[in-house]
Amino acid sequence: MPKDININVHHVARVEGHGNIVINVKNGELEKVELQIIEAPRFFEAMLKGRRYPEPPQITSRICGICAVGHTTASLRGLEDALGIEPSEQTILLRKAVLEAEMLQSHVLHYYFLVAPDFFNAPSVIPLAASHPEVIKRALRMKKLADDIITVIGGRHPHPISMVIDGFTRIPTESELRRCVDELKASLKNDIPPTLELFASLKFPEFSRKTDYVSLKHPDEYAYYDGIIYSSETGTTKHRDYKNKVKEEVVLHSSAKHAKGPFKPYMVGALSRFNNNADKLMPLAKEAAKKLGLSAPNYNPYMISVAQIVESVHNIERMIYLMEELLRRGLKDEANERQAIAGWSAKLPEAKKCWGVGAVEVPRGILFHEYRIDEDGLISGANCIIPTGQNLANIEADMRELVPTILDKPKEEITLLLEMLVRAYDPCISCSTHMLKINFV
Amino acid sequence: MTTKPKVGFFSFTSCEGCQLVVLSMADKLLDLVGAVEVVNFREASSYKGQDYDVAIVEGAVSTVHEIQELIEIRKQAKILIAFGACAHIGGVNCMKNFDNQYEIKRAVYGDKASNFDSILAQPLDAVVKVDYYSRGCPPNRDGEELLEIVTALLQGKKPYIPNYPVCVQCKMKGNACVFHKENPITCLGPVTRAGCMAPCPSFGNACIGCRGLVDDPNLNAHQQTLTEAGLSTEDILKFYRFLNGMMEVGK
Repeated sequence: MPKDININVHHVARVEGHGNIVINVKNGELEKVELQIIEAPRFFEAMLKGRRYPEPPQITSRICGICAVGHTTASLRGLEDALGIEPSEQTILLRKAVLEAEMLQSHVLHYYFLVAPDFFNAPSVIPLAASHPEVIKRALRMKKLADDIITVIGGRHPHPISMVIDGFTRIPTESELRRCVDELKASLKNDIPPTLELFASLKFPEFSRKTDYVSLKHPDEYAYYDGIIYSSETGTTKHRDYKNKVKEEVVLHSSAKHAKGPFKPYMVGALSRFNNNADKLMPLAKEAAKKLGLSAPNYNPYMISVAQIVESVHNIERMIYLMEELLRRGLKDEANERQAIAGWSAKLPEAKKCWGVGAVEVPRGILFHEYRIDEDGLISGANCIIPTGQNLANIEADMRELVPTILDKPKEEITLLLEMLVRAYDPCISCSTHMLKINFV
Repeated sequence: MTTKPKVGFFSFTSCEGCQLVVLSMADKLLDLVGAVEVVNFREASSYKGQDYDVAIVEGAVSTVHEIQELIEIRKQAKILIAFGACAHIGGVNCMKNFDNQYEIKRAVYGDKASNFDSILAQPLDAVVKVDYYSRGCPPNRDGEELLEIVTALLQGKKPYIPNYPVCVQCKMKGNACVFHKENPITCLGPVTRAGCMAPCPSFGNACIGCRGLVDDPNLNAHQQTLTEAGLSTEDILKFYRFLNGMMEVGK
């Protein structure tokens, strides 16, 4: 048998931008496994220092075009934790709904535009538009539904406008929400069944490596907005103690810092959430999991995409539930009871020196935002821990275990399996629409 | 321009939300597909050997490597469109330019800081000639402006971009001024170029200047308005520097 293999995949599915896979095998021995992140560093934590305290949600939204609502929400939760503000139930219901919508649009893009082409033997989604127009139209319809809901509640997609500390600068109207509920119900009826049918027919690669699954956990719901940090290996951690569970580490081949648990790499994202919280899924989502052959716990990272499909069904059911609850209560302008402190409110309520943490589930996993505010109401310290950064060490650990088991396959197949593995973690979406360029060195 | 121009999308330092906007309007784009050919959707370093006529570039440049890539793109492209606030005015990335560059690298990467390529963030036209700008963060009106620009180019017309402030369109939408809310919010609308139809004030929040300033902004009057509303000089600078920091250095 051979076994000198060098694989160098330039610009895999972007990981917060640009990433390469490098694998070197010599005499059958694995010498090097790296997921290189070569994205330009952006220094958001440094930018936030010295800004007025309500500014971070608007600024950190610009970290990511795909999970801007997630960053906004984590930022608001962190600041409210610091300031001791508890938003109204209406605000929480609206935030939960818009977070579900963002989860849906990101998941739909991932499994339809990024994952599906691999199974149709297509280099990108573009040829699929010609060969399978009904599939692409359905994907776009589902995506648009989610985008529209983000716009109704947040004002725009991406980078929401109306989400501010302790409220919203504009509350949606009841007729807007009613329209959303109708469209969500139609999607559940018309678009979900063919989606499940399509993906149930695809065969995902077999691979199993048990790791530490980390997500939020909540006694009453499938945790996205609220909950305690839960690790399948080490149990619970309070949100303010997140650094006991997560430590960022600078590695030279990556401008995204690696975040690891104290002992070993861990996974965040849809499969971690599913493994930890499957019993809290809405009823049709539970049925969808059965239909797709996914049961908790599942140790195959290729099944992250399947967990995302299950979550999409949950997202739709949950949005219907949350919006019907909002309609039942009646929407009201809370300007008289609540401050709704916007980034550029002219007069800010005084803030004393304080500190807080927000932990929120976003499409790719748990997101932490930590802030320190000084006595002048300015941000004196900020820390954002991004899901993709948390997954990098785990992806490399998967590759180290996977590569020796597939060395007998042709190089092209090894490369494809590695790319599909990285893609499964859903590092970014834009890449989904173009063919990956592969170089063998 | 030839009948079926080839279009390439490229991405530099950004959140990649601009490309997401393009993806979100795919249904409208499909109408254009008959008229243009998309030969590259993103990925700045796969430009070599690609024969595109129009380059649509998202992101600011903030590494030496990106400057080199942008120069190569400019050499190939007959028309270069800066897409979104990062490409147009540097955007949020330029906030870091007002800090000590060595210190901020150390703050994030510690003693390994010198291993990471990072320079002052700049808009595209600080490095190369830009032919057209599709403004906004995110690109306004769900990317409609980009479509209008491309359509105008296909018809051999000059795209129309307003040169009056956001306040004009905000009034057209019948909004109450956010400065006059019960909880007043300060706003960059009076100096920011219109064309977005004022989504932010329409949702009760401030214009943050994502389309850049009009050609002749009345900065003195605006500063006075902001001061009267309660902002300190330092606050005003911060407000401008959120997305428009590079405006101060002579753009």
